[in-house]
Amino acid sequence: MTANAAPSQPEVLLRVEGLKKHFPIRRGILQRQVGSVKAVDGVSFEVLKGETLGLVGESGCGKSTTGRAILQLHEPTAGHIIFNGQDLTQLRGESLRQMRAHMQMIFQDPYASLNPRMTVGEIIGEPMEVHGLANGAEKDKRVKRLLEVVGLNPFFTNRYPHEFSGGQRQRIGIARALALNPSFIICDEPISALDVSIQAQVVNLLEDLQKEFGLTYLFIAHDLSMVRHISDRICVMYLGKTMELADRNELYANPLHPYTHALLSAVPLPDPLAEAKRKRTILTGDVPSPANPPTGCPFHTRCPLAQEKHMPEECSAKTPEWRQARPGHWVACHFA
Amino acid sequence: MTNVLEVKDLITRFETPEGTVHAVNGVSFNLEEGETLGVVGESGCGKSVTMLSMLRLIPIPPARVEKGEAIFFGRDLLKMNANEIRSVRGSQISMIFQDPMTSLNPVLTVGRQLTEPLETHRNMDQRQARARAAELLEMVGIPSGKARLDDYPHQFSGGMRQRVMIAMGLACTPQLLIADEPTTALDVTIQAQIIDLVKRLREAMGMSIIWITHDLGIVAGLAQRVMVMYAGFIVERSPVIELYANPQHPYTRGLLGSLPRVDDTENRRLVNIEGAPPNLLTAPKGCPFVPRCPFAYDRCREENPPLMVVEVEHEVACWWDVNRGQPRYDR
Repeated sequence: MTANAAPSQPEVLLRVEGLKKHFPIRRGILQRQVGSVKAVDGVSFEVLKGETLGLVGESGCGKSTTGRAILQLHEPTAGHIIFNGQDLTQLRGESLRQMRAHMQMIFQDPYASLNPRMTVGEIIGEPMEVHGLANGAEKDKRVKRLLEVVGLNPFFTNRYPHEFSGGQRQRIGIARALALNPSFIICDEPISALDVSIQAQVVNLLEDLQKEFGLTYLFIAHDLSMVRHISDRICVMYLGKTMELADRNELYANPLHPYTHALLSAVPLPDPLAEAKRKRTILTGDVPSPANPPTGCPFHTRCPLAQEKHMPEECSAKTPEWRQARPGHWVACHFA
Repeated sequence: MTNVLEVKDLITRFETPEGTVHAVNGVSFNLEEGETLGVVGESGCGKSVTMLSMLRLIPIPPARVEKGEAIFFGRDLLKMNANEIRSVRGSQISMIFQDPMTSLNPVLTVGRQLTEPLETHRNMDQRQARARAAELLEMVGIPSGKARLDDYPHQFSGGMRQRVMIAMGLACTPQLLIADEPTTALDVTIQAQIIDLVKRLREAMGMSIIWITHDLGIVAGLAQRVMVMYAGFIVERSPVIELYANPQHPYTRGLLGSLPRVDDTENRRLVNIEGAPPNLLTAPKGCPFVPRCPFAYDRCREENPPLMVVEVEHEVACWWDVNRGQPRYDR
């Protein structure tokens, strides 16, 4: 994929190929399937070793479902997920369980993702026991070390989640994700539920951990400015499909897809002078329902470029191809 | 300029089983006609409680408005009787809330919720009120407004519901609109639509706006003046351009530094504000920001700084002069 051969060719850690996840809609006494929500509908991308790939989009675009389908928390409807050379969709039972040790997840809601009846020590220690990594005193030692790593007091092991603030809980969630020395972590909106001043703390921690342990992140978020900050490359999703993927600076300097354009121009800048000069592309209407997505390009119903071109027929008739418009810059638009 | 609103020394506390929560600790501010004031702070800083106390929308008990005045066009909102305040709320002052999901009544049609204030405050009959309601829906960008009057809130999307809320807020053409994080639950493209809408309506109707948010980005493009709140105090207040160019309070500086910018190419490390927002259960002694402040010195622990003027219309509550790197009054 990377056309310009860098001095050391980056190694692909994860490859997602044609991933689809459709949820059935069932009705009536017999619960017959009457349709499906196409949450993820043909997504392909690669995550390189040691990088952070940002996955952005509005609510309902399928970014979280993509994350969960990668970890096999949702069984994909179609497609392949190649992690370290192995297709996760083909793995079952014990072999899948063992793979899970290498891939972890940090969840959005630090209140709902920690069991309130377990102490912090139990929460962080459980994965080690389950995967036979450590037990007894060795486990306790590791738990304490992990608490230190995420910036919490190591003597907090006997406390319960309710004794911590939102930011501290998210640190516990991060420590749990690190417990098995994974190589890959999916961060599913890890800072959306936190206060502004705490968001920076958690993002800085994630960056430090990446450096220290050589982690690879898939960072899922709706906040474009934070995604741009933390990611090396960014993938934009809309209605279950990938719209554009590029290096973070390239995506901002040269957005090819009209949706990326609109998304970038909608982000407020903390700068009154720049704001006053700014010209916004304001999209009309709402995101259509993924149960009944528009034909052709899913974005054509709101697309300013299609409107400008007086609704060319291909936009509503043909799904745009996912193509490499420039080296390393992918886009799905007939006219970009 | 005439003042639409003048709040003086407002103090609100909550009695809870754990103790007294010092939510608002002597807040004073004014709002001029046609002005948009941004109120910025994190959860629990007292920004919403200030507005709710002023409009007497806060449940008493557990809350207690201990002290203060809120003069709205010469009349003190806090001294009005129940009927008087009711005739002001929804008519001259209206408030839109963060969550359109829970702020609209799910069992009443949108039309009913829109006509209610018109019938109550403007003595319209049902027919007139419905016609006006349909107009309002069109005005906030809901196509075929008339046809949608008989729909229920659940038949609208999140962004559309927030538009319905705004239409309700504007139904009686209020002089003051208080918007409490109205875009926080929305996606960025919908947020941009709503902000654009509010800006256009502000021009058309000439109302004053108080916009409460935790997002310094939104305020930059919308407000003329900004006040930053922390632990129930106003810690900095300034015209918007001056605040972003010359932030004085360590907390404001921290907030600005902790925000990544979508147009930032160099990927600098974000500024950490160490620690967590304060527990408001203990009466504040000294400056409430001391435990998180990199500049704190003896005086900060002893004496809570009042708002001090540093520039034209720019006030800050901090003993430390960040520009000179020394205490403010030791020259």
